[in-house]
Amino acid sequence: MSSTLHTVAAPLAAGNATSEHRPLIITLFAAFVVATLVITVWAGRQTRSAADFYAGGRQFTGFQNGLAISGDYMSAASFLGIAGAIALFGYDGFLYSIGFLVAWLVALLLVAEPLRNSGRFTMGDVLAYRMRQRPVRTAAGTSTIVVSIFYLLAQMAGAGVLVSLLLGITSDGGKIAIVALVGVLMIVYVTIGGMKGTTWVQMVKAVLLIAGTLLITFLILWRFHFNVSELLGAAATNSGKGDAFLEPGLKYGVSATSKLDFLSLGIALVLGTAGLPHILIRFYTVPTAKAARKSVNWAIGIIGAFYLMTIVLGFGAAALLKNSDIIASNKAGNTAAPLAALEIGGGAGSTGGAILLAVISAVAFATILAVVAGLTLASSSSFAHDIYANVIRRGKATEKEEVRAARWATVLIGIVSIGLGALARDLNVAGLVALAFAVAASANLPTILYSLFWKRFTTQGALWSIYGGLISAVVLVLFSPVVSGKPTSMFKSVDFYWFPLENPGLVSIPLGFLLGWLGSVLSREEPDKGKYAELEVKSLTGVGAH
Amino acid sequence: MATEAPPPPRDGAGTPAGPVPPTTEQFVEVQESAEFGELRRTYRSFAFPLTIAFIAWYLLYVLLSNYAGGFMGTKLFGNVNVALVLGLGQFATTFLIAWLYSRHAAARLDPKAEAIKHRMEADA
Repeated sequence: MSSTLHTVAAPLAAGNATSEHRPLIITLFAAFVVATLVITVWAGRQTRSAADFYAGGRQFTGFQNGLAISGDYMSAASFLGIAGAIALFGYDGFLYSIGFLVAWLVALLLVAEPLRNSGRFTMGDVLAYRMRQRPVRTAAGTSTIVVSIFYLLAQMAGAGVLVSLLLGITSDGGKIAIVALVGVLMIVYVTIGGMKGTTWVQMVKAVLLIAGTLLITFLILWRFHFNVSELLGAAATNSGKGDAFLEPGLKYGVSATSKLDFLSLGIALVLGTAGLPHILIRFYTVPTAKAARKSVNWAIGIIGAFYLMTIVLGFGAAALLKNSDIIASNKAGNTAAPLAALEIGGGAGSTGGAILLAVISAVAFATILAVVAGLTLASSSSFAHDIYANVIRRGKATEKEEVRAARWATVLIGIVSIGLGALARDLNVAGLVALAFAVAASANLPTILYSLFWKRFTTQGALWSIYGGLISAVVLVLFSPVVSGKPTSMFKSVDFYWFPLENPGLVSIPLGFLLGWLGSVLSREEPDKGKYAELEVKSLTGVGAH
Repeated sequence: MATEAPPPPRDGAGTPAGPVPPTTEQFVEVQESAEFGELRRTYRSFAFPLTIAFIAWYLLYVLLSNYAGGFMGTKLFGNVNVALVLGLGQFATTFLIAWLYSRHAAARLDPKAEAIKHRMEADA
């Protein structure tokens, strides 16, 4: 690895500051990697049964799982992305984080406990409970894998860009090497450590992320005499946009379409979280529904505190750095937080700045690794448990065969995402995260809620809402400016878009709910009353929960 | 169809066979009982309206950000404007609702759920 890193071309303009600190950054990266590998091997030795591999033996406490959920959820997009968006667009950057946080109430009030009580390993366990197993498991597995791969791809490509920036790497080979390194590490974490290893990696990452953010937030507030109003004023002035910087509108208020797009995004964020498979499987790692509730409460506290700190980080970056410097380093503002850390530590050339920059860079790297591991585990679990064991083998696979299938699926998914991540390294794939939320909200959430709470829901309803939500969300994005026709699109040179919004949620989420209802009422098959009695009693009481 | 085993059956070779799970008839009986009806009502009458309320409050905030820029930009004190206060208000209500729900669940839902669970597992 080090030979690749030493032979790279000259760093970017603003990356100059980072290149001289490269040895320190690499040392911290390496320390994190070594520590997590030790944890993984330790966890791997304790991973024997399917419940160990998929659910970490269900032995985690509510607090531990709350930390791990936070580690799973706070991606590089929410760490560097939100701070960067605030640094560039002021108030509008902060809108994102509110949707991300409020969404947890859907998980807390409607999903976490019933899911924990009635399922075992995957989202498909609950969706298929009352239904004909094979078609619904196939649909649930497909949707899980599609959501996770979109999310994973965005993280992988983001990792290439981000780590290259932090290390001052510009060559294609260097970026591909980073993507491959991230991919290989995530394969190792998941195949060897299973859910137990992945959970510990996420917990370590969450602690590092919170500690790192807390430190920078404290230093920024100190600089502004712990006076938020002073910080906001300095940010508004230094941004060159004045009071408008502190008001909504700079990013999403440009036109009627962009306003509608923001509404669509907002709905997708708030309804998507409780349908993200990599989040849902985390509820199986605790022994009871009460512990699941407790873990969501911890997650809400930790994630909420973290987003509050990103406000300080973002406005701090806007107040301390020149707008042109932020943009020169990364157009989307993704390096605003590391640059602010460098500045608050004493600026380029200072030891304090060097240390803080290295710490924040290592935290960002840890963040990416923990999130991709969670996503890989979610998709390989669903492949092995839903598709391989219950569809292909019709429920006759042994536990050993199932776990072996999950490990192979991890390797395969890892290789595919390294390939796609390397190909997509220069595309703007940030939109894929919003797409993953939209698919989760359109395909998964309606099916989960109907399954749990509506007695007339049928197999046909489940299939219509999963496939309807999934296909409509993906097709609308394919023909949206995310993919073609705009300078910010994934493919700039072609133009085949006709759907004006970047986020399909406004259309696809109501459609997913509508199709689930329509498919059920038009179904010739009677809903299975006995199965619904089982599911409802189990979900509310925990009878027979594994 | 009959051969497609639903989730519960196969659990780890390592785990000892627990008590016999309740039959479907027992589940139907419990589901139709007044006690379970009470648990369902206590849960739904709290969680459903609250969900609608916080989603409506969030959408109101999104719509205000979109279409009421002037109001949102009104300064309240120093550089702190309505937009920031309402945004922080979303954080506050999220924390508050999580706390309210957890308190309700611990006081009103958990005892009822546990009573039913214990009875069913003892019967089986």
